Amino acid sequence: MNVFNVLKPGFFTTVQDLGRQGYLKYGVPISGAMDTFSLTAANLLVANNPDNACLEITLIGPELQALTKTQIAITGGAISPKINGQNVPMWKTLNIQEGDIISFGKMESGCRVYLSIRGGINTPLVLGSRSTYVRGGIGGINGRQLKTGDIIEGSKTPLLKVEYKMPEELVPQFTNHIKAHVIMGPQDDMFTEEGINTFLSSHYKVTSEADRMGYRLEGPPIEHKAKAEIVSDALLPGAIQVPKNGKPIVIMRDAQTTGGYPKIAVTITSDLSMLGQAKPNDAIEFSKITMTEAREKLRKYYKVLKNSSNMFARSQWQNKV
Amino acid sequence: MKTEQFATARHLPFGDNALLIEFGDIISLEVNRKVIALSEALTNAWIQGIEELVPTYRSLLVRYDALKIGYEQLVFRIKDIEKTLKELGTEKVGREITIPVVYGGEYGPDLSYIAQCHGLTEEQVVKIHSGRKYRVYMLGFVAGFPYLGEVADEIATPRLETPRLKVPAGSVGIAEKQTGIYPCEAPGGWRIIGRTPLKLFNPLQQPPTLLKPGDTVKFKPISKGAYTLFSEERQRNERL
Repeated sequence: MNVFNVLKPGFFTTVQDLGRQGYLKYGVPISGAMDTFSLTAANLLVANNPDNACLEITLIGPELQALTKTQIAITGGAISPKINGQNVPMWKTLNIQEGDIISFGKMESGCRVYLSIRGGINTPLVLGSRSTYVRGGIGGINGRQLKTGDIIEGSKTPLLKVEYKMPEELVPQFTNHIKAHVIMGPQDDMFTEEGINTFLSSHYKVTSEADRMGYRLEGPPIEHKAKAEIVSDALLPGAIQVPKNGKPIVIMRDAQTTGGYPKIAVTITSDLSMLGQAKPNDAIEFSKITMTEAREKLRKYYKVLKNSSNMFARSQWQNKV
Repeated sequence: MKTEQFATARHLPFGDNALLIEFGDIISLEVNRKVIALSEALTNAWIQGIEELVPTYRSLLVRYDALKIGYEQLVFRIKDIEKTLKELGTEKVGREITIPVVYGGEYGPDLSYIAQCHGLTEEQVVKIHSGRKYRVYMLGFVAGFPYLGEVADEIATPRLETPRLKVPAGSVGIAEKQTGIYPCEAPGGWRIIGRTPLKLFNPLQQPPTLLKPGDTVKFKPISKGAYTLFSEERQRNERL
């Protein structure tokens, strides 16, 4: 079912879901939404499965023309979305009529926006996911970012009779000063005590070399004990590599699956979404926590999504009665 | 002392949803065998909460669901399994795969440099490269890229000082004592000596890669004509 015609593609818009699981050993990165919290919320707001495919919009939004009546939700960084030129709220179910034009204003905070469609975007599954991995040319629309004239396909799904809204207190606030909690290691023993202090007490600036593969950071160099290379081993999103120049590199979702620089620390899962909203010139500050604290934060993170999901499901049920 | 072989393993946290089992910081057959033996044992153990295993040259990454199993508990279970692993000599013999390669010329722009570098003829380099079997130590870099070892000292050559922006799919390269194959066009600094018409990565197949860690690879020199025929046949088959 054709849902949208792409009038303008925006700066870098791709189809993403929660990513490709189980293919790292073949050299295939996880990919998927940089901010999984916002993607999941966008899906819940139109009563989709949490892992349905959405559009991931980067910095400058696309312009879309609706080819059918549908429902959408827009989450992530604040971008003032518009329907036929009229401002509409984010983090809420929106009703779209055939012919409506969806456009976006300026990105006021964060870097990435998610647009869900009731029923999910229906591109072919590649290795179990619809996520676009541009470098490998797989997933999404022909393995690439959107371009003018693309048609976004959905699946025929009955529309909701209610509109959902994310409670104000659960909407994340994106700032240009990101605090990321990390678990030290696995190769923190390759750094001097001073190096580790530098890493944990400095503000690092995101450079212009920042994309879905990772962020190169600028700031006080982190001192290695001796060598700054290892025999390559596995990488995961959130890992922080430090090459010889001492400037950290944060690994993100489209990064290569193996790397040869020591990893001083790894960002915890529940802070990855916030990190996925970082853009050039933002500051990142790392602080270490214990495994037990991380697990508590992870539990809380899932609870927020689960509660919203339950809440939305309940209101749908009430509406039917 | 059947547990001695794993005594050197280090169990390290990798964020809050993965752990790393390190067997050393060298490229060695013995270390890589341990990695793959443990990877297979864990695959067969079906520990609840384990989501994915990533074997590399010298370590095994275990991705898990932290809400299903805790770090300490998982380390405990893994150490238990390490104890049951038999002598390393018993590693299952992996598959042996022959890779046809057209060496030199436009397909292998760095072959003459490598020959010059080591005072050999191009034919001698080809003979040495295709004259031994290689182990697939791991896949990484880009989907389906195999890291193969070890290249004979007589032809081991450092990477290019300035990597190429585009290396064509199928290119066979050398970097120090490693050799590898680019499954798709990618930037890269390996010295390119030839090209294979084989497809190393196909996302529509399960598993998606031609090779897997632990396999043995042998290169077979083919002519330019054979390469062209092979490529055309592959394209015909893909259209069917």
